[in-house]
Amino acid sequence: MLGIEDPWVVAPYILCILSALLCVVWGIIKWNKDEKTPEAEEEVQHWAEEEDRVEEEL
Amino acid sequence: MVSIWMIIVVVIYLFVIGYLGFRGYKGTNSATDYMLGGRKVHPYVMAMSYGATFISTSAIIGFGGAAAVFGMSLLWLPFLNIFLGIFVAFWLFGGRTRRMGLRLDAHTFPELLGRRFQSRFIQGAAAVIIFMFIPMYASAVLTGAAKYLSHQFAIHYTTALFIFAVIIALYVVMGGIKGVMYTDALQATIMLVGLSLLLFFTYHRLGGITEAHQLLTDMADKVPAKLQAAGHQGWTAMPKFGSQLWWVSVSTITMGVGIGVLAQPQLAVRYMTVKSGKELNRAIPVGGVFILLTAGVAYIVGALSNVFFDQTAGKISIVMAAGDVEKIIPMYLQQATPEWFSILFMLTLMSAAMSTLSSQFHIMGTSLGRDLVEESLNIKKKGHGVLATRVGVLAGILISVYLSYTIDIRFGKTGTAIVARGTAIFFGLCAGAFLPIYIGALWSRAITRAGAIAGMLSGAASSLLWMIFIQEKPSTALLICDKWFGTRSLAVSLIDGKEVFAHSGPIIWAFVDPILISLPIAFLLTILVSLVTKKIPAQHLARCMGQTK
Repeated sequence: MLGIEDPWVVAPYILCILSALLCVVWGIIKWNKDEKTPEAEEEVQHWAEEEDRVEEEL
Repeated sequence: MVSIWMIIVVVIYLFVIGYLGFRGYKGTNSATDYMLGGRKVHPYVMAMSYGATFISTSAIIGFGGAAAVFGMSLLWLPFLNIFLGIFVAFWLFGGRTRRMGLRLDAHTFPELLGRRFQSRFIQGAAAVIIFMFIPMYASAVLTGAAKYLSHQFAIHYTTALFIFAVIIALYVVMGGIKGVMYTDALQATIMLVGLSLLLFFTYHRLGGITEAHQLLTDMADKVPAKLQAAGHQGWTAMPKFGSQLWWVSVSTITMGVGIGVLAQPQLAVRYMTVKSGKELNRAIPVGGVFILLTAGVAYIVGALSNVFFDQTAGKISIVMAAGDVEKIIPMYLQQATPEWFSILFMLTLMSAAMSTLSSQFHIMGTSLGRDLVEESLNIKKKGHGVLATRVGVLAGILISVYLSYTIDIRFGKTGTAIVARGTAIFFGLCAGAFLPIYIGALWSRAITRAGAIAGMLSGAASSLLWMIFIQEKPSTALLICDKWFGTRSLAVSLIDGKEVFAHSGPIIWAFVDPILISLPIAFLLTILVSLVTKKIPAQHLARCMGQTK
């Protein structure tokens, strides 16, 4: 296959391409998905406040 | 040969890099800006920066050259790089690291581990491991780049070294991670274009994909007898199972680097630079395609260079390069591609080196300034957050440049051999020291502080001992084993003047990568010590990992 006889070498050649495709498809499907829970939002808020406070102190 | 075009292109390139570094500087107002890009980096920039940091010049020239010797069986490594190093890393490790980093307000990888296990010692020890060993890795990249540039521009090695280091120093010290990541993204784009074109040229020159591979397959009888004896069965076949080449290709190259990437602190910190999980998802396709078209291409082209040299000179690549693996890719570029392309490729290689170095310098700075001095030793002064890190970056650069400078002048070949192992040593050490406790930190509530410390120290120690005394390549280069025991590795003995490698069944110990030894030891000790020591308070665990569902 593809001019390569050893299946153990054809496999990574094809797997490289397939895994890159997996990355692309994953990215497209999950383009707008996020782990946005109220808790996550709260964390961002909390972190931003903490950061502002530290900056002000400095 | 230096052409006027080459100089013009490099000057433009440096101006753009300078501009991006300046933008990083203007956008840096706080410690979080300097260390994490304000946690608002664009997914394209993040993924390209991750990829460019990971793929250094040595990944293209060194591993491309290795593929010319080993053949396409090395493609298991880019597969692991894409699947584990990008997909699994961003999807599984990335999201958790980002959220935990945010909850704990961690700015660096050691800080994340330290706060997760409530231990300043962990943060300090991780920082010491990074700061002590990354200069070797940086120096490996720096020496390679300076040698390449001195050859390209016909200037002295030392001049090339200093000019190159000063340029990178400027934008890393001033621009922080923003400067690093903006320039990385540009450099990654150049690498992507350069290597994609190289793949196209190669397949086109050899008559197509299947045809090119077939020609390489048909060359199996041209494998030198010495390589055949070590297990080589042709450039499109795996080495013989259990042979020396099989162990080097599967354990050191594929598993050592392929798995080791998950615990690279300069890469893991990038998950914390993006705003949300959405950005991580969007970064996955960019990273996957980038690795395919950079690492994947270098390996395919490296292997196929044998066909080109066989057709044009009747010799295989390693014979053409007179045994110097690192010369194969540059020689192939010079002979097989048009002249304008060699200018583009020079930028590609410069970019690959600069992007890796800038991140190495940055993490040296954060390790010394933030983790060790500020947090672990608790020496804090108002307004000194960014300053301490900048001083750390500068110290890291000076050490790396000093290493690259003295090694060439004072130690000659011995020094070069040690530096050449720098990348592998750092990867091996990070995998042993950080992977078990990083996984434990993200997924397990049962790992205790003592367990984490035991895992980190035993992983680092077993990795280091294995490389100093057993694994043939680093132990030979490091010379310690030879000095103490009069042999280049404890797993190699001289019988009747002939070297014999110790083995148990199909395992040839001198070729086993440290990751296969240190990971099981570190995992086991982490778990065993955690079973008998004081648990981490539930309240802190809830803070780290979010509320229990």
